[in-house]
This record gives sequence, C-alpha cells and structure tokens, in this order.
Amino acid sequence: MEYFLQQLINGLTLGAIYGLVALGYTMVYGVLGMINFAHGTIYMVGAFISLITFLAATTVLGTSVPLALVLTLFAAMGLTALWGWSVERVAYRPLRAAPRLAPLISAIGVSIVLQNFVAQAQGARAKPLPPVFRGGVTLMDSGDFVVSLSWMQMVIMALTLGLMAAFTWVITRTALGRAQRACEQDMKMASLLGIDVDRVISTTFVIGAGLAGVAGMMVTLYYGVIDFYIGFLAGIKAFTAAVLGGIGSLPGAMLGGLLIGLIEAFWSAYFSIEYKDVATFSILVAVLVFRPTGLLGQPDVEKI
Amino acid sequence: MSEALLDVEHVTMRFGGLFAVNDLSFSARPQEITAVIGPNGAGKTTLFNCITGFYKPQVGRITLNHPSGPLLLERLDDYTITRKAGVARTFQNIRLFARMSVLENLIVAQHTRLMAASAFSLAGLLGLSRYAQAEAQAVERARHWLDKVGLTAFADEEAGSLPYGHQRRLEIARAMCTGPVLLCLDEPAAGLNPRESAELNRLLLDIRAENGIGLLLIEHDMSVVMEISDHIVVLDYGRKIAEGAPTAIKADPAVIRAYLGEPDEEEAG
Repeated sequence: MEYFLQQLINGLTLGAIYGLVALGYTMVYGVLGMINFAHGTIYMVGAFISLITFLAATTVLGTSVPLALVLTLFAAMGLTALWGWSVERVAYRPLRAAPRLAPLISAIGVSIVLQNFVAQAQGARAKPLPPVFRGGVTLMDSGDFVVSLSWMQMVIMALTLGLMAAFTWVITRTALGRAQRACEQDMKMASLLGIDVDRVISTTFVIGAGLAGVAGMMVTLYYGVIDFYIGFLAGIKAFTAAVLGGIGSLPGAMLGGLLIGLIEAFWSAYFSIEYKDVATFSILVAVLVFRPTGLLGQPDVEKI
Repeated sequence: MSEALLDVEHVTMRFGGLFAVNDLSFSARPQEITAVIGPNGAGKTTLFNCITGFYKPQVGRITLNHPSGPLLLERLDDYTITRKAGVARTFQNIRLFARMSVLENLIVAQHTRLMAASAFSLAGLLGLSRYAQAEAQAVERARHWLDKVGLTAFADEEAGSLPYGHQRRLEIARAMCTGPVLLCLDEPAAGLNPRESAELNRLLLDIRAENGIGLLLIEHDMSVVMEISDHIVVLDYGRKIAEGAPTAIKADPAVIRAYLGEPDEEEAG
C-alpha cells in the first residue's frame, strides 16, 4: 500500500511533465493538422535555458534560491517561447501552402539542427545540477517504508495545475482562445471574419513552446541531470500522451500525460524497469486498437 | 443616384483555358440589394471569391468605396478584406464553427474589435476593465443579432446541431457581427422551404433598411431575387449578358435565352 502510494506520487509528477509537453503537440495539431516533431527538442532547449539561468543566477548574481527559481521560470518560459516562435516563422510558415509532408520533414530537420547546436554549444556530456531543495513531507511511515512527497514534487504539481488553469481560461474565455478554436475548425472562414490566422498560429507555437520550456525547467530541477538528447524520448512520449488522450483535445493531452507517467511508474515498480518503455507503448497500441481517436478525441465523422 | 459602394471593373479570372469570369464590370450601390444571377457555372461564385480575396483576378480592378476612403480589394490580404474593407460573406455550403456555441460563433466574428480592446489578450489576462467592457459589448451585439434572426432560444446550443434553416440565419448574423459595409450572400435561400425563404426576404430587407449597408446576392430562387433586389446582374459563361431593374430583367430576351436555351434553328425555320 505504501509502495503503491509512493509510485502514484512519482507517476503523477512525471505525468505532469509529459502532459505539459503534450499540450504543445496537441495544440499545434489542432490548428495546423501537423505533428511538430521539433517540439521535444524545444523542451530540451528549455531544460538547458533553465540550467544556465539557474546557475547564472545563483553563482554569478548570487541571488537566493527562491528568487533564482522565479527568474528561471520566466527565462525558461520566455526564451523557449521565442525559440518556438522563430522555428514556426523560419521552418513552417514558408511551407504553409506546401504538401503536408514538407513541414513534417522540415520539423525533423529543425529538431536535428537544434540537437546538434546544443551538443556543440554546450557539450555532449550530461550536465548535472546539484539538488536545489531536499526534503519534503512524510505522508506515511510504516516502519520499513516511508512515503514522502518532496518539495520539488509539490512545486511541479502546483505549477502544472496553475498553468493548466491559466491555459484553460485563455482557451475558453479570451478572444485569443476563441480565435484559436475557430482556426482549428475552419481557418479560411476565420480569416474571412477578420482573424489574422498567421498571428494565431504564431501564438499557438509561442504558448506551446512556453509550456514545454516550463516542463524542461521542471525536469532539470527534478532529475538534476540533462543532456542534449533528452528531447527525443520525452518528445516521443509526450506525443504518445497526446495521441493516447486524443490528439487535438487539450484535456486529453493532460490526461494522456498523466496516464503515461503512471504507467511508467507502476510498471517500473511492480514489473521490470528495463521494460517500462515497451509497456508504455504496448498500452498505447492497445488503446488505439479499441479507440482509434484516443480517449477523449472526437471521432471524425465524414458526411457523405 | 448615389456613388457606388463596390466597383467591379473588367475583372477576368481564368483557370487554364477556361474563362470563369470574363471582362466583367458592374457596380453595387449602398443601401441596395444587388443580385447576381445566371445558370450553373456562369461564374457567380468565382466572382464572390475574387471579391472576398480567395482568388486574385488576372485582369481588372475591384474597388470598395469604404466610408474612410476607396480600397482596392484585390490588393488586400485575405483577413484584411474583412478587417479594413468591411466585406463579409456567407457560403453556399454553410461554414459555421460547428463545435462552438451559437453565441460564440457571433462573438468570434467580433475578434478584431475585441483584440484591439484587450491589447492582444494581455489586458484580458490582467483582468482590465476595458476588456470586460468590450467583451460585454460584444455579447450585447451578439444578442442583438440573435434576436434579429430569431435564434435567442438557441444561444448556448452547439451551432452544428441547429436545423439547416437556423444555420443559414446564424451565418448571416455572424457576417453582420463583423460590422460590414458590404454583405455578400452566396445562395442564402438554397435548401429553404417557402416559409423560411419568405422570412429570409424580410431579414435581408430589414438589414438593408436598418444598417444602410450594401448587399450582394447570388441566388437561384427567383422568388427571392425578383422580390427584394433593387438591381440585377445576369451572367452567362462568365460574361455579363444583362443588367437592370427586376422588371426589365424578367422581360430581357437574352436572359430568357440563357435560362431556357436557344430555340432550335431548324424547328424555328
């Protein structure tokens, strides 16, 4: 029981990170119908920006840890968002009218460019970060096993919940969100109502990249080790989460992220840690066989 | 005779060797309903696509005499045709945002005004009162048009779940929510029963009277065209074959020929 509870906490933390990245995949897919394969790399860039900002703030500027964390949050969000914006502007917008395969290939290209750029600029070796804050609260102590919720896990969950709430509010309640949903359904019609579609698409990439940046910061602080390659597997998993939840559906992306996190945590705990990725993707296949549109996706009914 | 609202001059739109619209010139005046009629394939929808920026005509000029100065429509980007020139359009096959509520469909049409008021959502994020005010105005305007088209009771329904006739009226309301000076309607009466089509006539006459805007109408339903149009342009194979008041058009031999076909020479002889 204690073991189960601990894995639940670990799984939810991991799932929150996947979920934030998955939102970026699902948003871009919703608006453009395109899988942004560079999104995982953007998340990796976010992790590096966080690492650099945090170290610079604490060692060079000598700020206190909480202030450094706030600085890191804004830097990770802002600078990663800027990366997202540039990638869209340089690699996708010129291909808007091209066949669907072209931006897909362009995305893979961007992802390789960014990975190699970071590997060259920062070095290919893994970068460690000493734990920022240790400790947490003990939830349960049965003598031989202690269930604890670390401060870091709390920060991750609180931040994710906060971002999700803000994000849901933007999508459902603001003019920007309405425009985004309109573009999702009929881009040409949206533009005929005076909506600047290019700007909506840019904003989508900016928001998605900003969320990925925060996820990158979380993973840096949580695991304390990053390298230029972390974007690949995390990207694939977040993409899987988006598909599992139903690509195009925002609550679906979050749900999918949490599920993937939980599956990984529980499989590692009760079966074998080596096979955790095999398990994750097998469950994905099983879900898609029975629900091709994902858990919360809308079936695409074609009118005849 | 007042100055024209829309001036179409020598517009030609070619697809390969096919002249969909061929050297077409006509004008539409404000506070009038101008109908464009013609057999299938006469180039009516192509003309609409040129006016609303879907196509750029190879030859010719389309001028909109906006209250703030004339604008050349073929030089504007697609979304600025609505934003700057105030041209709104409805479609033959309805293009509502089916998965949004009826009210949201009308609010999203007021995006330009809302974005300006919200400083691109930043003010909205900060909860500034100016944005709340603009939002309230948008809802009010949406409610006004819901009332006009008789859909108030459906405000919170999904647009895609409405019956066909209601969807048509909602699309017109949405176009009006953009605050247009020229409203282009592509076969608004298609698929409507006689009662709905009579309601549509009343709605369009109402829009013309109350908003003082120009209406451009493509229509096959002659009961609609003859009853409400002030001016009719007849197209056949991309060319204008007649133009004038409804009574004159009804009696025009060229129009009758285009619609009924040429009498067989041998039989006639």
